[in-house]
Amino acid sequence: MTTTTVTGPKEQACDTLLAAGHTACTGCGEALAAKLVLGAAGRDIIVTDATGCLEVFTTRFPQSSWEVPFIHSLFENSAAVASGVEAALKALGRQNEAKVIAQGGDGGTADIGLQALSGMLERGHNVLYVCYDNEAYMNTGVQRSGLTPFDCMTTTSPYGEYSWGNKHNKKDMPGIAAAHGIPYVATASVAFPKDIENKVKKALTIPGPKYLQIHSPCPLGWRSNPHLTIKVAKLAIETGLYPVFEMENGKITKVRKVKTPKTPVEEYLKIQGRFAHLFKSPKGQEEIQKIQEIADRNIEKYGLA
Amino acid sequence: MGTTTFIEGSIAVAKTIGVCRPQVISAYPITPQTHIVEHLSELVAEGELKTEYVNVESEHSAASVVLGASATGARAYTATTSQGFLLMIEVLFNIAGMRLPIIMTCVNRAVSAPINIWNDQQDSLTARDSGWIQLYAEDNQEASDMHLQAFKIAENKDIMLPVMVCMDGFVLTHSFEPIELISQEDADKFLPPYKPQYYLNPKNPLSFGTMVGPDGYMETRYFLEKTMRDSQQVISDVAAEFHNQFGRFHGGLIDTYKVEDATHVFVAMGSVIGTLKDIVDEQRAKGQKIGVLKIRSYRPFPKDEIYKALNHVREIIVLEKAISLGYGGILANEIKSVFYGKPKTPKINGYIIGLGGRDITIDTIHHVIKDAVNTSFEEKFIGLNEALIK
Amino acid sequence: MRLDLGAIAKAGTSKANQTGGWRNYKPIFHQEKCIGCGLCKIYCPEGCVTMIEKKKYTVDYTYCKGCGICAEECPSGDIEMFVEEK
Repeated sequence: MTTTTVTGPKEQACDTLLAAGHTACTGCGEALAAKLVLGAAGRDIIVTDATGCLEVFTTRFPQSSWEVPFIHSLFENSAAVASGVEAALKALGRQNEAKVIAQGGDGGTADIGLQALSGMLERGHNVLYVCYDNEAYMNTGVQRSGLTPFDCMTTTSPYGEYSWGNKHNKKDMPGIAAAHGIPYVATASVAFPKDIENKVKKALTIPGPKYLQIHSPCPLGWRSNPHLTIKVAKLAIETGLYPVFEMENGKITKVRKVKTPKTPVEEYLKIQGRFAHLFKSPKGQEEIQKIQEIADRNIEKYGLA
Repeated sequence: MGTTTFIEGSIAVAKTIGVCRPQVISAYPITPQTHIVEHLSELVAEGELKTEYVNVESEHSAASVVLGASATGARAYTATTSQGFLLMIEVLFNIAGMRLPIIMTCVNRAVSAPINIWNDQQDSLTARDSGWIQLYAEDNQEASDMHLQAFKIAENKDIMLPVMVCMDGFVLTHSFEPIELISQEDADKFLPPYKPQYYLNPKNPLSFGTMVGPDGYMETRYFLEKTMRDSQQVISDVAAEFHNQFGRFHGGLIDTYKVEDATHVFVAMGSVIGTLKDIVDEQRAKGQKIGVLKIRSYRPFPKDEIYKALNHVREIIVLEKAISLGYGGILANEIKSVFYGKPKTPKINGYIIGLGGRDITIDTIHHVIKDAVNTSFEEKFIGLNEALIK
Repeated sequence: MRLDLGAIAKAGTSKANQTGGWRNYKPIFHQEKCIGCGLCKIYCPEGCVTMIEKKKYTVDYTYCKGCGICAEECPSGDIEMFVEEK
């Protein structure tokens, strides 16, 4: 660590439930999202977390950034561990002591952790599952996941003569969660903290399993400027590429509308290095058009216009 | 005191688990573990057992659920076998590393491929380095009693390690024997409620399962190893305490049968011990001074106890239902290591027997004895069908 | 805090880790044009922006990594980024 002389004011201690001193990268959307979730949930919670960036940058023994009870076990079992925590609280008559929140990244949720999550949702545990979606395996060096968007460049879906990046569409994880017949499914974005707060608070009042997926830019993996984390997140929503909605008992009850006239997807893509290859040749325009079609379909499907 | 009932092994074990008052049970069905978890489900359904029974979608999640429950302060139990056990292994290492005193029954079964649902001990032996205490039961009375002892060993505040009770699939789980069942009152007298020192709760918000780098990881393994060794005393003490209260003694770390004056001794684990005792009686009647040493605690491996019990014998015959492929008998080689550097080493022969449910008959053991007398320092398969390997 | 019992750590102890040392750019809160919206505090991934009083926010340089989100999102232009002098 460099030895900068610390100057300037230093009065009251930081009071967030995700304590400062964590080692997330500069401008990390996931750290921000976790801070906002904890802030909304309050102290009377028990959280689980899958292996991944969030776990690594918050729990380097002997330090921990968590001001609430926290447990990390493995990559794919955050939902199952949370199921056990909830079952134990019930068994011990301590249900009123804490709400249970399970956390995972997009890989830990939609890929390797999908089975455990499905089990948790199906069994009806009173747990809020939060997926911090930064759209790739960032902790291991930006490899593609099931939630990586179409044509996105990652270290395992590189751009090349025969490749425009990730060949597959982003998995409809909220749809999969909703298919379990759970009472509450929502998506959100770090660009809208008040919305995260409202959704977390609302979810925690609903008994049974809840699923919340938060779009969390990763400057390192998205090759975006750290100070633009919020801008990038906003553009994902404004273009229709990341639909933000609330679904109660299987019905969409609320959406965040896109701007009119609609923002072309180029605006979102061009400020991220992970899509830079699309702008290098005229053929890339055809790919951008495909991405525009994805946004248009979202706008229609979720009624975002 | 308890009552003696003619009962299936699985049901006896389930009833014993019941009187141990587990607060959370989670399991996934797999043959031949099923009768245990089915009966536990019935006890819950009938209101006889107050526990949260979590039906999961895999063994990985079963182990993860009991992990979360134990970290929250609950007494937790799971059971599995074979493929399910292998699927759990990642979590098993995690549970031991997190020092959670979970109890599981490992019903011993062969592993795939080829798929085979019958008994050997390859599943649990594969996880011998996981940090779980592994105890092996000889018969259903011991399997049943061992579970009550297991909770007491695991929850000892100086130990805090998970304990696996291993019992041979079908041979024990599906066989009927008269069993003295433990009453609730007696179980409560023996096993106090679980009071964890640290658990997940908002009043003392600790972080469990943190990342430890090169500056501390080795020490975590050192602590595990040290505690494993320390647990030897606790396992012996708990067996003695059990003997004192219930009048039944199945051995501590090991048990011996007619070993004191023996020149030849069988070493084995699990249900084959019963057959070996019959052979010992038969051979003794013919004048051969032979005995049996039962490994009850396989991890921790009681080297000193084994040495003390066997240092006078001429010949050791190790029988085992598992193999380290490319190496040979696992138990046989560990028994050999007991005598390394000692002034006197007996002849030690190892035999792989009974894999995938192959019957171990009196004839099989006669074959072993004959072979052991004629050869030395070899490990081999006994009971192969010569026609199939030509 | 208990390495021997599975590496259990105490809450909030990462505060001992002064991540301000990472900083290449430094936000200066002029505290002149602040309209008191609090976005700088809300959006800070470190949670190290605090409110002193209404329309007066400050940053704890002990932890500030200099991401610049606060300056970028400040609607009144009260926060400016400067190159960190080391």
